[in-house]
Order: sequence, then C-alpha cells, then structure tokens
Amino acid sequence: MVTAETRKKYMPTIGIECHVQLKTATKLFAAVDNDAREAAPNTLVSHICFGLPGALPVLNREAVRLAVRAAFALGTEPARFSKFDRKHYFYPDLPKGYQISQYDEPIIGEGGIDVPMYVEANKEVQTLHVGIIRAHLEEDAGKSTHPAGKDYSLVDLNRAGTPLLEIVSRPDMHSAAEAKAYVHELYLRMKYADVSDANLYLGHMRFDVNVSVSSDPGKWGTRTETKNLNSFRSVEKAIEFEIQRQIEVLEKGAEVVQETRGWDEAKQRTFTQRSKEEAHDYRYMPDPDLPPIVLDDEYIEGVRDDMPALPDDYRKQFSSMSLDRQVIEDILADVETTHLVADALTKSSPEDGRRIAFWMMRPLTDEEADGARTRTVQIDELIALSKLVGAGKLSSSAAKQVLDEMLVRGGKAEEIATRLNLLQVSDEAEIIKIVEQVMTENPKAVEDLKNGEQRAIGFLVGQIMKLSQGKANPGLAQQLIKKQLGL
Amino acid sequence: MDDHGNWLSLAEIASRINAAELRATDLVDQSLKVIEEKKDYDAVIVTTTARARERAQVIDEQVKRGENAGRLAGVPFIAKDNYLVFGAETTAASNILKGFVAPYQSTVIEKLEAEGAICVAKANLDAFAHGSSTENSDFAVTKNPHDKTRVPGGSSGGSAASVVLGMVPFALGSDTGGSIRLPASWSGCVGYKPTYGLTSRSGVVAMASSTDCMGPLTRTVEDAALVLDIVAGRDDRDSTTIERNPEGYVLSGPNMDLHGKKIGVIKEYMGEGLQPGVRAVIDTSIEKIRAAGAEIRDVSLPSLPMALAVYYIVVPAEVSSNLGRYDGQRYGYRYKDAKDLNESYSKSRGIGFGKEAKRRIMIGTYVLSSGYYDAYYKRAQTVRTKLINEFERAFKDADFLLGPTAPMTAFKIGENVNDPLQMYLADIMTVGVSLVGSPAVVVPAGESDGLPVGLQLMAAQRQDKSLLQLAKAVEELVRA
Repeated sequence: MVTAETRKKYMPTIGIECHVQLKTATKLFAAVDNDAREAAPNTLVSHICFGLPGALPVLNREAVRLAVRAAFALGTEPARFSKFDRKHYFYPDLPKGYQISQYDEPIIGEGGIDVPMYVEANKEVQTLHVGIIRAHLEEDAGKSTHPAGKDYSLVDLNRAGTPLLEIVSRPDMHSAAEAKAYVHELYLRMKYADVSDANLYLGHMRFDVNVSVSSDPGKWGTRTETKNLNSFRSVEKAIEFEIQRQIEVLEKGAEVVQETRGWDEAKQRTFTQRSKEEAHDYRYMPDPDLPPIVLDDEYIEGVRDDMPALPDDYRKQFSSMSLDRQVIEDILADVETTHLVADALTKSSPEDGRRIAFWMMRPLTDEEADGARTRTVQIDELIALSKLVGAGKLSSSAAKQVLDEMLVRGGKAEEIATRLNLLQVSDEAEIIKIVEQVMTENPKAVEDLKNGEQRAIGFLVGQIMKLSQGKANPGLAQQLIKKQLGL
Repeated sequence: MDDHGNWLSLAEIASRINAAELRATDLVDQSLKVIEEKKDYDAVIVTTTARARERAQVIDEQVKRGENAGRLAGVPFIAKDNYLVFGAETTAASNILKGFVAPYQSTVIEKLEAEGAICVAKANLDAFAHGSSTENSDFAVTKNPHDKTRVPGGSSGGSAASVVLGMVPFALGSDTGGSIRLPASWSGCVGYKPTYGLTSRSGVVAMASSTDCMGPLTRTVEDAALVLDIVAGRDDRDSTTIERNPEGYVLSGPNMDLHGKKIGVIKEYMGEGLQPGVRAVIDTSIEKIRAAGAEIRDVSLPSLPMALAVYYIVVPAEVSSNLGRYDGQRYGYRYKDAKDLNESYSKSRGIGFGKEAKRRIMIGTYVLSSGYYDAYYKRAQTVRTKLINEFERAFKDADFLLGPTAPMTAFKIGENVNDPLQMYLADIMTVGVSLVGSPAVVVPAGESDGLPVGLQLMAAQRQDKSLLQLAKAVEELVRA
C-alpha cells in the first residue's frame, strides 16, 4: 500500500477516450434497425453489416446531424470537411476486415468543456476545464461470446455498424475524482444534446482511460490504457487502482510498461491485455467507398437553431433559485426533473421552481423504479400545488400527499387537496371556534402561557392542529391565541 | 441472328421480341447452344440455365399479353463472374468464394433485368479481376477466339471472348486498370469503360474501389451506348455514383462530324516499346480520322510514365483492404480442421487465395504499413493528383485523346505467367485514365499478324455521350 506521503510525490495525468452510441434509428452505413436490445442474434443484419462481396456503405445523415450537435455540446464547431478511413484488423466480429472510422480529418476538432466538480475538502463545487482533442464518427464491431468449455465462439452482428462518436480528451485530469467528474459531465452533455440515450447500463457510453504518474512535474510518465469501462464508478476505481499500482512499480525502482489493460470488475483491479509490441498496425487508409462529409454554413446553422438546452444553459437559469451549486447538479442528474424545474421557472417564479425541484428530487417510488410508471406530471399542476403552499393553504407535508396522489393518478392540485381534505383553514371565524375550545380544555397551558412560558403556545397550536385534522393554518392559530389573551 | 449467324443489334433484337417476331426462349436456347459448342474456349464458368429459361418464358408471356417487355427484351447476356447474380454461384473465379450464392444482385444486373435482358452465364476472369490475361483464374484459362494458344486479355477475358465467339450479343465486364479495354482490344470487340461513378459498383466483388468501373463489351459502339444508357446513373447503394447525362447515351441520328474536332495523340503511348504491327494499325487509324476532317495533334502528359507505378501502389493497397472480408468465417471457402482462430484465418486465406491475390495483398499491406505509408501510398496519391491535372489540361487542348490500348497484341498462354512485371506492362496504356476517372472506349481497328488491335479513345470526365458519338464515327472509319 502506498502511503499518503509517497503518494504526494507523484502527479497522476489522465486522458480519456469515450465511445458514445448515437441514437439513430438505423446503423451508420446500413438501413438496418439500430436497436439491438430485444433482437435475436444476427437478425438485424443486411449485406452491408455482414460484409458480403459487393456491399457498399451508405452514410446515415442522421448520424452526421447528431455529431454536429455533439460538436456544439463539446464547446466547439463541426469540421466543414471530414472524411472516413479504414482501420484494418482481423477479428470474427469485424466482418469487413476493417472498421470504418475517421483518422486524420475527424468531424469534430479542438474543443473543451467546463466540468463542475464537488470538492470535499472545501465543501464546494469548483470548475475544472478539460480540453477536447477531437471526436470522430465510427462504426461499432459485432459482439463475440466465448461459451465456457466449448470449442467455438459465437458472433452476433446485430451491433456491427452501430454509430459511435469517439471523444478524445486532453490529458487534463490529475485524479480519479476529476476523471469521474469529467465523464459525468460528458454524459450530461450527450444526454441533454439528445445525441445519445446515454444509458450506461446498456453500454451507450464506454470509456478507455490513459493513466500515467510522474514525480517530475515537467515530464509525463509512461502511460497505460485501461479499456472498455462502462460506468462512472469503474472509471474512478480503475484510475485509482492504476495510480496506486504505477506508484508502487516506480517506488520499487521498476518501470511502468506501456500497455493495454483490462478492468476486472469482480476483483476490482486492472490486468495486462496486450503490450506495446503486440499493438496492431491498423494500416489506415482513406475509405474510397465514401465521399468526404462536407458541411456548409446553412446546414450547420440549421442544426444549431435546433439545439436543445445544454447543462450550462440550465445552470445559468437555475442560479436564480439561490440553491447550492451541488443541489443544481443534483437536479441536472435527472433530465425530466430539470425540464420540469426549467418550465416552472419560465412559467412562474424561482420560489415555485425551488419547491418543485425539491419535490421531484425525492427517491423514485417502487413503481417508477420498475419503469411501470413514468413521472409524467403536468407542470401547470405542479405550479398550482406550489402556489397553494406559498399562499399558506397547504402545509408542506400535506403538499407531498397531494403530489403522491398526482403522480400516481394524476389530477388537479386543488381538487386533490380538497378531496383529501388537506386544505388549511385560514378562515378566522372557523379557527376561532377551535381555538376557544382548545383553550377551554387546556387551562393549565393557558395559565403557563400567561406566565410567559412560550413553549405552551406550541402545545396549544399542536392541539388546534390535531383537532382540525391538520387543516388549521398554524400561523393564524398562533395569532388568534395571542389575541385571545391580549398578548 | 442474321444470315451469317451473327447476333442482331440489341435494339433490333428487343424490337423483334416485342413484336413477337422472335421468342426469348429461342434466343436463350440459341445462346446456350453456342456456349456449349464453344466450351473449350473456357470463356464461361457456369451457365444460369434454369433461371434464364424461366425469365425468357416470363418475357414471352409478357409479349403475348401485349405488354412491352423492355428495351433489351429477351436479349441474352453474360456477366463477368464478379457480378452478384441470381441463378448461379458468384466466385470471381477464386477458390475462396467457391460455393457462394449471392443473396442479392448487383445494381447493374437489376437495371438490365428491368429492361428484359437475360443473364445466361457467368464469364471467366482473372481471380478477383487481378490480371491482364485471364490466366489468373483459379478455374481455367480462357482462350483467345482468334488463336487458341493465346490469351484473350484480361481480366474480363471471358466476357470479351464470349461476345467475339457469338455466345451472346453483349457481356458485362469490369475495368479497374484496363480490364474491359485490354480484352476488347486483344479479342476484337468494343469495350466501354465509363466515367468513374457513372455505373454502380454495388453488388460487384470489389477490386480497387477508387477505380472500379462497370461497363459493357459489345460488337458495336451503338450497342455499348444502349447498355450504358440503361445502367448509368446515381445509385442509392453506391455513394460514389454520379448523375447521368439528362439526354441519355443512346446514339441516334447522323454520325458525329469530325471536322474541326481536336483529337490529341498521346505522345507517351506512341514511343519505344510499341509493337510495329500495333503501331501500323494505330497510324492507319489516325490517318483515316484525319482524312475525315479531324484536327490531329500531339499531346504530352509528362507524368504518364509514372502511372503504372502509381497504379500498382494504389490498387494493391485497396485490394489488400477489400480482400480482408474473405476470411473463411461467414461464407466461401473455410479450412475445416483449424485448431484455433489464427489457423482458421491463415489456412482459409492461404488455400483459398491464388498467387496473384496473395501478391497484391502483400504489396498493399506493405505500402499501407506504418512507416511506409508516406513513402508509397501518399506519394502515389500525390502523383495521381498530378496526373489528374495533366489530363485536365490535355482535355483543354483536345476534345478527345487517342492511343493504342496495349503495346502489343495478345501474347501466348503461359508466356508471362512467371513474370508479373511483364504482365503488368500490358496495362501501361490503360491505367492512366483509370486513375483519373475519365471514360475510355476501345474499338477494333485492324489486325497485326492475324490478331486484333483495338484503338483506345478517351474523353474528359462525364463526356461519355460525346465519346460514344466519336467512337461510333471512328468505328465506321477504321473498320472500313
């Protein structure tokens, strides 16, 4: 184990490549369904996916549009000119013997993003800038499985040709926490830009992390690349493991080997996959089957006009609610909540937005978690509900009951509150009766209150609430007690 | 067939079929009969008899119902075996594709069938179209129709021979560096290589994607123009295809008047190394064209001597990439007793591919390797760009360019099989326009020692219509 002291001697440097699966209806170069989740193996294939003789790729325009959106989401512009190249290697799940990718002229060039990052030490959110070197379009390979104990492997080409955007960061991160913050921000941007469904569980985002450590701030150490991480957590854990491992190697006086490593989720450790000597020579060459992608200003501006709001747009908008930056990040973590809160702010006030934000950030119900029910709720009714609370007509606990009912069965806020008999009574004449009754029934407390015992008023209000079944407006009740006693 | 046993023109056949004066079933039988009679030429790998007869019946019934059965109604043809066609295996004359039955058809075949044409057989070729003689076929060597001891030219040797032998009125070939033009010249028929992208590559086994062109081999320029008119144009399945000329390609009306037409003779093709007999035929042709009023001038393309070197870098690079899919895992030949994946790959490919395919895979892999890419592939592309510019300039000085098709007439079978460099030299006059993407046509212009010599005519990109008009005028002059 590396001590904290030793650890301080080394500066880790981290760069990340991220494969984002684009949410197109069909594959990158074939008019075949792109959603392989439910399909039986090798049913979503055409002569193109299968690499038959004479089959030629035809570019999916929607993938280009999504890549242009991604460019904006990555703080840059799409390239006016880009082209496809062939990357050669042999594997049974690569039907053509090459993958169509973009080598030296990618569709997205230099960019960069600001990453909000919660820093435990000073308990605040800070901003980390991570540069983007490039991002390019490429097709996915098929899926190979190697059944245990069998003398064969299986290949499913349903996924072959799925469009991917590979985003390459600058080595601008220096800790596992920074890396995790970066991949999370990438996730948010791809999701909000509607470029990808960004479901990590389904493998819509996969990460390769390049890690090196150096005790000389002027020099980079030898790096390793750990491939195919599919969760924020595994990114964080794998990087942390590599930092520790590399420091240990160097502390022993040995050298870090430049190599490709894998991540063992069960053992929570990285392992050697192939060394630099075994690295492929991909023999890149321009793909003569595909003309270059040439984008003009009109096209680019058209896509820009159609851009959905990005996380930074919401961050700016949400700042009016005077919330902690971390709370805003918590809101952003859920797209539906974000949209509801943004709608509330547009249609109503920061106060309502804030209230709705806290309501919607509650844990999912079992039904919602099962996907049996989505949180479809009318924003106008949420605002109406918030306004009932604001006007003192509904207590916050009563509001939650109304909300639950609204989420499960739908309906109008005021109608539900009335039906559940939750509306607070702010009618003096009605409350005064209850106040008088409570004061008559509790002479001791009244006496204490007269003697300056302030706690007694809380007891009396409690009794009033109880008697009114929670409907009395507690503020008003307090005022009336004091009035009765001439205080 | 006419009184001499020759096929009528394509338009004439279709018109008589549609008029019910001829029956498609008879034409198919006639074609299959000639194929059978002349099978010792090995022009054909396999016939698509059952499907051809079925289609012929359908067409005859269409006509009986009074429907028009298309502009090529009942016309039998033969497709080079690198075209994916229903009704027989598609092998590209390579063992590695043995047993492969196409589940879809090439666009060119679909378009021809839509006009009533009937594919009766698959023609022999150099495996994967790698070659200039048809000797690289993994199955058989096609013989020259004029001399059985000689090659027909390649790689569309089977297609050229089948037309010259009268098996069909037209055949389909593919031209990557001269593979339609060379066999047309050596076997004695018309061969048309369109502008790159004018005909779809979809459904044709790829050789080199950036120069592969699909085109016809015919008896006359007029027939070639009709076939081109049917198959030319944008194809959603091939992103490199271009729009067709809105006026189409059919030749009608009087021949092109050659007066004032500027025709450049490519100096680099008329120098040393040109066989005297070939030179004589070309010189005679030039004089006839001049006499008809054309303005003949010498044109020089200084980078042209480098074209062959460029071609044999760029093309093997693309070949090595395009042949990657033949790995024995999904279709075609597969070595059955492999112990692991690597052995499956190496044995399937090692046994399945012939010598020439392996040679090109090796060259292509080498020139694309890291550390060599810039020295070979990239530099070759630079020269290619230079060549494109030189041709562009030449076509400003001349309306058309002219030259021989190859420096020599058909060589003897076996003469060059152990000397790939000598073999590659046969392409020296055809690869230039292939790299540039321009259209070119070969018309039979005479004989040298009893062997055919074809005259090659070239035009700027997309000038296919005027090139065909010129070719038709020249065809009549030089045949006379």
